[in-house]
Amino acid sequence: MNRRQLITAASLIALKPSYAMPVETQRLITAFTGGKTMKQALVQIELNDLVENGNSVALRVKILHPQTNARYIKRIGVFNEKNPQADVAIFHLTPMSGKAEVATRIRLATTQSIHVVAEGSDGVFYHAAREAIVTLAACLED
Amino acid sequence: MSLALITLPKNIVKGEIIEVKLLLSHIMETGYRRDISGAVIMRDIIKTVTVTYSGELVFEAQLSPAIAANPFLSFFMLITLSGSLKVEWGDEKGGFWHESRDISV
Repeated sequence: MNRRQLITAASLIALKPSYAMPVETQRLITAFTGGKTMKQALVQIELNDLVENGNSVALRVKILHPQTNARYIKRIGVFNEKNPQADVAIFHLTPMSGKAEVATRIRLATTQSIHVVAEGSDGVFYHAAREAIVTLAACLED
Repeated sequence: MSLALITLPKNIVKGEIIEVKLLLSHIMETGYRRDISGAVIMRDIIKTVTVTYSGELVFEAQLSPAIAANPFLSFFMLITLSGSLKVEWGDEKGGFWHESRDISV
C-alpha cells in the first residue's frame, strides 16, 4: 500500500461508526442545511494530507454540479472540527459564477477534518469531509 | 488601509469562464491570541467580501478568523459581455474598501 492509500484508509477509519462530529461543528452544519439530509456526493476537497504550517493552508473546493440559470450551487459552507470556532467561511455563488469552485487559505489549529457543504438552487445539499495532519499549529505562535 | 490585488487572465474571450484571484491585505487577527502581558488581542477580521460585475452580484464570501492572514480568494466568472468588476470588503470596525477592474471582450 503506498502512502496516499494509507492516509486515505486512516481518514476512513476516522469516519467509522464510533466517530462523532464535534457538537459545535454539527450545530453549524445543521444551521446551514436547516436540518436537511446531505448527499455524500459531488463535493471534491483539495487539501494537503500533511500540512507543515497550520497558519496558511491552501484549500480548493470543487462541486461537480452545473452552474446554469436553471440549476446552480448557491452556497458553499466550510467548517472545521478543532479550531476555537467551527466556522471557516460561507461562499455565495450565482449562475454568473460559471463554475462551482472556490479556493482560499485557511488556518488549522491541529490535525482535524474539514467539512464542506454545498447547497443547490433546488434545495439539495451535498457534503464531503477531508482530514489534514498538521505539523505546526496555527493560532499558537506569535 | 487594506489593499487588494486582483488577478485576471490577460485576454478574455466572450463566453469564457475565467478564474479571478483576490489577495486582500489584512491581519485577520483571530481574537484568540494573547500579548506579552497575557491580555487577549482583540479580533480584527474582514467579515464580508462582495464581488459585483456591472452592478450584478457574482460572488460573496463571509469570512471567519479561520481564514489565513492576507485573505486569498479564488472564484470563477462567466464573462458574456464587457463590464466593470468591483470588489468590496469590510471589517468589523467599520473599515470599508473597494477596488475595480474593467473587463472588455
